[in-house]
Amino acid sequence: MHEMSLAEGIVRLIEESARKEGFSSVKLVALEIGRLSSVEPEALAFCFDAATRGSIAEGARLAIEDVPGRGVCGQCGADAEIEAIYDPCPKCGAYGLRITGGTEMRVKELEVD
Amino acid sequence: MCTTCGCGHGETKIEGEALHDHEHGHEHIHADGTTHAHDHDHAPDHGHGHGHDHSHDHHHGHTYAWVPAHSHAHGTSTSRMVQIEQDILSKNDAYARENRAFLAGRRVFALNLVSSPGSGKTTLLCKTIETLKGKRTVAVIEGDQQTSNDAERIRATGAPAIQINTGKGCHLDAHMVGHAIRQLDLAERSLLMIENVGNLVCPAAFDLGEAHKVAILSVTEGEDKPIKYPDMFRAASLMLLNKIDLLPYLSFDVGKAIDYARRVNPNIEVIRISATSGEGMADWLAWLERGAGS
Repeated sequence: MHEMSLAEGIVRLIEESARKEGFSSVKLVALEIGRLSSVEPEALAFCFDAATRGSIAEGARLAIEDVPGRGVCGQCGADAEIEAIYDPCPKCGAYGLRITGGTEMRVKELEVD
Repeated sequence: MCTTCGCGHGETKIEGEALHDHEHGHEHIHADGTTHAHDHDHAPDHGHGHGHDHSHDHHHGHTYAWVPAHSHAHGTSTSRMVQIEQDILSKNDAYARENRAFLAGRRVFALNLVSSPGSGKTTLLCKTIETLKGKRTVAVIEGDQQTSNDAERIRATGAPAIQINTGKGCHLDAHMVGHAIRQLDLAERSLLMIENVGNLVCPAAFDLGEAHKVAILSVTEGEDKPIKYPDMFRAASLMLLNKIDLLPYLSFDVGKAIDYARRVNPNIEVIRISATSGEGMADWLAWLERGAGS
């Protein structure tokens, strides 16, 4: 359940921003989570509720933007969408694509008061 | 969660002592936007030099803060968007960079050993330490949820070891390791082996400041583990195929295991090894020497 640590990391980023920006409540937390990252969005949403309890982000809505996985094939050069990091190239079948997208785990923006 | 540094876990202990025995100042942000700061002085200064913040909801605060925003006479919402654009793991990664710099200052070659529970990590470590005796100093950080059994096994070889107990935590993070490397008296040009919590999932995401992650897969496990737990094998530079002496009694397909690992990570190096028979130990030691340099 490293999603709990990640949820706690999100709360820390929010609190850091609250000090800088001077807001006192958070309505919405927008995240970008890649499909190839080591995060299960549902587990993260569950932990987010627990981790924000008692913080200024308590009760905030969580919006998770799903980023598709992408990889470039070292054999044929195809730039393709993939579902898993070990997927073969959909064009030529070679393994070991260089991952170019979908590993994101970012806090994008907040809607605050 | 840890409300002081935030990075660790409430139950994290290093050598039985709670993690947060250090000096820090922090600030409370109340839900009405007011803040107050105060300092705490505790025993050892761990030298991270970080200021930590956390917030407390004092129960009355949350609803109180909402009322004015929604009761403005002109009816306009006071809400606004704040751009963050930061990696969720940015704090951990900052601690990892500090650890890396600290280790580089002493020319310590640090490895983060990751595997399932029972892959034979500790036995392999003990054997490695014994073989390197007189040639290269090895220090060990042991990560387990509970008990100091592994650190005691390492100390029995004569090597310095520190046990981190993560409590309910499923992985080591760079903050815990930052404390541990400052407690260990690391010799110049030594090896540091960080034995992570036995878990093929969570430790993959956490950089500890190591030079490499080394994944240990024993042949008593399934050969498809690299594709079942791809994040870990993708993060590792080296896979040690351990307990290779047991192959005659198993149906483990070595070729398949290596093929799966390379599907996930084309650059992963593989060493077949057995702490019991000694097979592959020379390759492993040569790999260590290449990394540690002269």
